[in-house]
Amino acid sequence: MAKILDQPRYKCSMAAMQTVHAITRALPILHSGPGCAEKLSGSAGSSGYFSPHIFPCTNISETEVVFGGEDRLKETIENAIKVIDADLYVVLTSCTSEIVGDDVEQIVRSFRNGKKPVIFASTPGFKGNNYLGHEWVLRAIIEQYLKPPTNKIKGLVNIWAGVPLHDPFWLGNLRELEKLVAELGLTPNTIFGHGHGLENINKIPAAEFNLLVSPWVGLESVKLLEEKFGTPYLHYATLPIGAFETSRFLRTVGEYAAIEQKKIDELVGKYEAEYYYYIERFADVFLETRVMAKRFTVVSDAQYSVALTKFLVNDLGLFPAKQYIIDDTPDEYREQVTRQFREMNYDIKAEVGFTTDGHQIQEEIQNTDFNGYPLIIGSSWEKKIAQKTKAHFLAVSWPLNERLVVNSSYVGYGGGLKLLEDIYSVVLTRFN
Amino acid sequence: MSINLELATAGTRESRLGSITGYNGNLQDLVQQSHCGSLADRQRCFSQSSTCCSGCALGQLSGIRDVAIINHAPSGCTATAAGVDVLNAQLAVKRGVSNSTVYVGTDLNEQDTVFGAIGSLKEIVLETYRRYRPKAIFIGTSCVSGIIGEDVDSVVEELRNEVPVPVAAVHCEGFKTKIWASGFDASDHAILTSLVKPPKQKRNIINFKNFYESARDQIFELFANFGVEPLFLYQNSTVEELAGLSEALATVCICGTLGTYLGNGLEEKYGVPYVRTINPLGVVGFETWLREIGKVIGKEVEVEQYITKERAQYMSKIDEIKKELQGFRAVLGMGPGYTFEVARVLQELGIEVVWAAAWHYDKKHDNGQVPPALDHLLRNSPNNFKLSVADQQNYEILNILNTYKPDIYFSRHPGTTIWAIKQGVPALCVNDEYMIFGYKGTLNFAQSILDTIRNRSFEKNLAARTKLPYTDWWYQQDNAALLKEKK
Repeated sequence: MAKILDQPRYKCSMAAMQTVHAITRALPILHSGPGCAEKLSGSAGSSGYFSPHIFPCTNISETEVVFGGEDRLKETIENAIKVIDADLYVVLTSCTSEIVGDDVEQIVRSFRNGKKPVIFASTPGFKGNNYLGHEWVLRAIIEQYLKPPTNKIKGLVNIWAGVPLHDPFWLGNLRELEKLVAELGLTPNTIFGHGHGLENINKIPAAEFNLLVSPWVGLESVKLLEEKFGTPYLHYATLPIGAFETSRFLRTVGEYAAIEQKKIDELVGKYEAEYYYYIERFADVFLETRVMAKRFTVVSDAQYSVALTKFLVNDLGLFPAKQYIIDDTPDEYREQVTRQFREMNYDIKAEVGFTTDGHQIQEEIQNTDFNGYPLIIGSSWEKKIAQKTKAHFLAVSWPLNERLVVNSSYVGYGGGLKLLEDIYSVVLTRFN
Repeated sequence: MSINLELATAGTRESRLGSITGYNGNLQDLVQQSHCGSLADRQRCFSQSSTCCSGCALGQLSGIRDVAIINHAPSGCTATAAGVDVLNAQLAVKRGVSNSTVYVGTDLNEQDTVFGAIGSLKEIVLETYRRYRPKAIFIGTSCVSGIIGEDVDSVVEELRNEVPVPVAAVHCEGFKTKIWASGFDASDHAILTSLVKPPKQKRNIINFKNFYESARDQIFELFANFGVEPLFLYQNSTVEELAGLSEALATVCICGTLGTYLGNGLEEKYGVPYVRTINPLGVVGFETWLREIGKVIGKEVEVEQYITKERAQYMSKIDEIKKELQGFRAVLGMGPGYTFEVARVLQELGIEVVWAAAWHYDKKHDNGQVPPALDHLLRNSPNNFKLSVADQQNYEILNILNTYKPDIYFSRHPGTTIWAIKQGVPALCVNDEYMIFGYKGTLNFAQSILDTIRNRSFEKNLAARTKLPYTDWWYQQDNAALLKEKK
């Protein structure tokens, strides 16, 4: 059966230029047609030290398609190094350059002894989506750039989470995860965002362990780091939102890192007390708003579908209708992602659908009885079905066209409260 | 004649019009070379990421109400679908209409690149028709479908017998052209060959090619003075309206780059006059344009009356603000449909244009003539300003800004404004196509220029705390240093 991409909620693997872009002073060099960066990378928050139209690009034309684009790529890299002041140059291939068969590896190798590091990742759009592409860029950094550490640094933890720029909350979430890990007395190391450039990348091999906070994206990378540098990893599959999951997160990470139990208990106790101070004050709103029913659905990538479902069930006491995962999760990970939806309070289980066909999702939502106004959390695509079903609607994941997110986060205790603010700011627009 | 509606494609601007993306010189040289035919493209040995034609082609068509766009492409090419959907919804709400247009992709994968996916393309078109009952279907090609040789035209032929609505192929492979405006032509070609029907009658309609009809109410009011109505294209157009384009009194356009193919195509095939003047931006542009419309529809007297009335209301205010703009120096970087028009308006306001960059250059439009804006500038420009053609090559622009240090930079394309600001130059983005339309638009524009120059807080704050991405080496070079000599 042909695969219809109706309401696309992911992009192609070359969108991993966003992963490079998220590393301060790392520059993607695109061996692609002229439009790839504009289409894949141009959204709110994408101008920084570099921006998509700054990315050097071979702007492949008919000449390169017919005669090959290796010379063009070589001169583009040479001049990129001369013209643009970056610390790391990451060449990304495209559909066109891969079909034409340019030997990019060999060209990149010729820059090996230059002043600035040049690496490459094969990211043709037809080979997979941007969730995979993100992983391929990390693999390129690990395999081609990182060097074995002289020694491990006690307490240093690399944290890996959502896909940069694609996830609207990527950076806010990452910063919150860092804070939580630091509170445990560990030293977080992340490579994305302000002030976290190559210096932090260089520290990756010296970490005591890798902490992956994601259902499946990034798993390949932490495994590769284990294989290459002997760094063990802790896979925490749920992005912690709200008190229930964040406390569990702190306990799991703390125990894994052999942090004193008393310290963990104190930390969790302190945070929960503050969190429930707010919940106590605003509980009337959550308990007595007549338009808020109990059933909800999330249409998002595995990261948010898992995390939001758990928060709404375990913290807020709601019940899941069917949940949807739209990131084209590879088959080998689907079982373990599904398991996350079976591990909730009171043995509550959620049915979960993996599909990339938006039309099908929305038909199912329309035919679901939410026993009141539905709560739909998804992307801009869900706005219409929300209008049709009179749902409360909050967009949190790509595509997010009618909402500006600068650095806010849904992670942690504060993140749970922020999510409640956002949900109820929608809910409270109606009385009955 | 360069337009051939018998062919499957519109062809690229490079091949059809001799358009270029690489040039560095000045106004007089460019226009003279355009006239004598000696203008040749110059390649670059370094380029930054540009834009492809498929965005323009499918972006134009996806504004039409209740149609389906099917992009035969990997998922990344379809990344714009959500933006289109949200834009359509917002613009339909503004108009008080509904728009059920859908934009789907075929999500081409690795296997498809080996075995082809023409079968699944057909299935997806049929499934899309079943789901949404669109009133027309446009199948957009991509780099991948082009290189692996998918025979989209044959599928379209088959589908025409299987679905009861117009189906058209839109050839917009990104690698075929460096000029994204070729995509406008691809969309016009699809409209002209699949939707437009021969006229049955003449109607008091003027086809108005634009982007997002922000001046819709104003133009309805304007045209009512002459007893005609505008039909805005293509955002919020219906398939039925497009079928009747041949019945219009004339075609006009807010941007010569956008309008050349449709305007000339309708004139050549159906005798609908295409108004080819400088654009209705600024006072001179607006009046020239309006007078030509008056001539074409036989309403010269009414046009003069209107101009007299409006002049009385606005000219003293415009003259007043012009005094404050005298002596400012400007650099611009836009598509050619705007660069040369906005340069003209700036001169009209007393601002000195020191450098104009156009993202491409059509040395002629589809009627075989040099674009009117260039001839106008050649005759009227007080200086022979410097000029370059570059497909949004930001490194050249920043080098230019660093060298010429203007008082203001004018941008028009997404993501291009901030760079001038970081370079320490105030910048104003002329993104709405009607921003300088008519007398009031000219006045608003002049005021915005003053406001931009007089409150430099945002720019000063940001520039003081950020570093530019280019090396000192690059700033020491001539801005054309990486432009190769002509072959």
